[in-house]
Amino acid sequence: MKILAIDSSGLVATVAVLEDEATIAEYSVNYKKTHSETLVPMLDEIKKMTELDLSTIDAIATSMGPGSFTGLRIGAATVKGLGLALNIPVIAVPTVDAISFNMWGYDGLICPMMDARREQVYTGIYKFEKGKHIVVKEQCAVPVKEIIDECNALSENVVFLGDGVPVYKEIIQKEVKVPYEFAPANMNRQRASSLGVLAFSYYSEGKYITAADFKPDYLRLSQAERERAEKEKAKENA
Amino acid sequence: MSDVLILAIESSCDETAAAVVKNGRDVLSNVIYSQIDLHTLYGGVVPEIASRKHIEKINQVIEKALSDADVTLNDIDAIAVTYGPGLVGALLVGVSAAKAISFATGIPLVGVHHIEGHISANYIEHKELEPEFMSLVVSGGHTHLVKVCDYGKYEILGKTRDDAAGEAFDKVARAIGLGYPGGPKIDKVAKSGNSEAIVFPKAKVDGSIYDFSFSGLKSAVLNYLNQAEMRGEKIVTEDVAASFQKAVVDVLVEHSMAAVKENGFNKFAIAGGVASNSALREAMKEACKNNNIDFYYPSPIYCTDNAAMIGVAGYYEYINGVRSDFHLNAVPNLRLGER
Repeated sequence: MKILAIDSSGLVATVAVLEDEATIAEYSVNYKKTHSETLVPMLDEIKKMTELDLSTIDAIATSMGPGSFTGLRIGAATVKGLGLALNIPVIAVPTVDAISFNMWGYDGLICPMMDARREQVYTGIYKFEKGKHIVVKEQCAVPVKEIIDECNALSENVVFLGDGVPVYKEIIQKEVKVPYEFAPANMNRQRASSLGVLAFSYYSEGKYITAADFKPDYLRLSQAERERAEKEKAKENA
Repeated sequence: MSDVLILAIESSCDETAAAVVKNGRDVLSNVIYSQIDLHTLYGGVVPEIASRKHIEKINQVIEKALSDADVTLNDIDAIAVTYGPGLVGALLVGVSAAKAISFATGIPLVGVHHIEGHISANYIEHKELEPEFMSLVVSGGHTHLVKVCDYGKYEILGKTRDDAAGEAFDKVARAIGLGYPGGPKIDKVAKSGNSEAIVFPKAKVDGSIYDFSFSGLKSAVLNYLNQAEMRGEKIVTEDVAASFQKAVVDVLVEHSMAAVKENGFNKFAIAGGVASNSALREAMKEACKNNNIDFYYPSPIYCTDNAAMIGVAGYYEYINGVRSDFHLNAVPNLRLGER
């Protein structure tokens, strides 16, 4: 079975081709160019380099969100276009779960953080038990201090990773009371290969959908919807 | 020559649209998913909501366009997609999907300018229409007086310095309590109003006979409403709508006719959402008749944002050898005639 994995939920654009137990190719770019300029050219490069026949791909794996709204949509529209043209399903993996999978085998808690601005992060807590990926706290959008409190309450050593780490490093250093460390540069951002490996297990559990039905889970309403909901609530209370 | 089929995708604002067009003139399918009901709640298009909805609908719309046309991707010669101008987040959905389909199938990709699409909508129902001719594009986002020199070759003679005509309709409609979208609502109530009741100023732009300005007119309407309210006068919505509409239409007609005559053209075409406005159509028809100019306008379905028009424009770009590569990006303020 062959999976094409794509993630553009954060600052990194990353694509990979995986076949059963092997990663055939992986290409990640963490550069100032927009995903709309890089993503398809990266796919094209991988296709040429590995002489990939696109008709042999069985499914497309992608991060379902959360993440940058625009980044998620560039990825989603690309994935949906590929799924439509190749007539294959989409395996949507929670973004934060996929990032945590970078730390396979880590002894302790894994806490990815993506910057969601205004001292908020898209985050979750994970661990590995005998190689099994366990979700301790499902991915969510919360203030950075809230997830740190949860880590402190669990009284285990933690590794932090993700693009939220450089943004909130001072807060982490000040507030974290348990032993902690930061993941090194080879595993501290989204990696399409991690996403792809998780996607295999999703697929075997029947967790995939049609490209037409796939849409990102932003974990947040748009600003206009939030403001409208607040107004409606205020009206109700009045 | 065998038939050329274009699959076109348009997502620049709040319509998710796809179409299949044959040989640049025959529309085999034209699917539009309009989000207008969603945005009405907010009194205008909310970019983030529009972008999210595009993602939800894009595949269904493309699949329906193919099946309505009774074709598959194997029959398609090129994919045309709007890459600007428009809302960046909205544009990105169509552009990203189009690039992915092009990548997966090897079908050539052609990026199309949204305004070029609007102008090209006139080719669908007027098989005899060919460049050169003069065109006025009026919509919620655009007010352009364009010289169509050839297929794919344009010269902008004039444009709005502030609000687009459709934007002025929306703002005035909101002020007189008609709500969103303003264009059709004002058009409707204006029919029972007196367009001579109130004289609103016709804005002239210094130094350019073809440019437009509608923000002054909008302010004049707001001032009129405030003063009438202060004096305790009854505001006749129908009269305000009709008088405002006349002020807009008069300027559009005046500038258009000047441009057509000045350039020695005998063909004039209107395009864009506001080209559906019945008062504008009537006034243009009349003015063209008086000046011996052939007047062209698309049916309302081709005035609103649609993908058929993108397919038409894309066809002419395609046969002219224009191709886009996988780096194609959304360009929110793309200028006509630029690549």
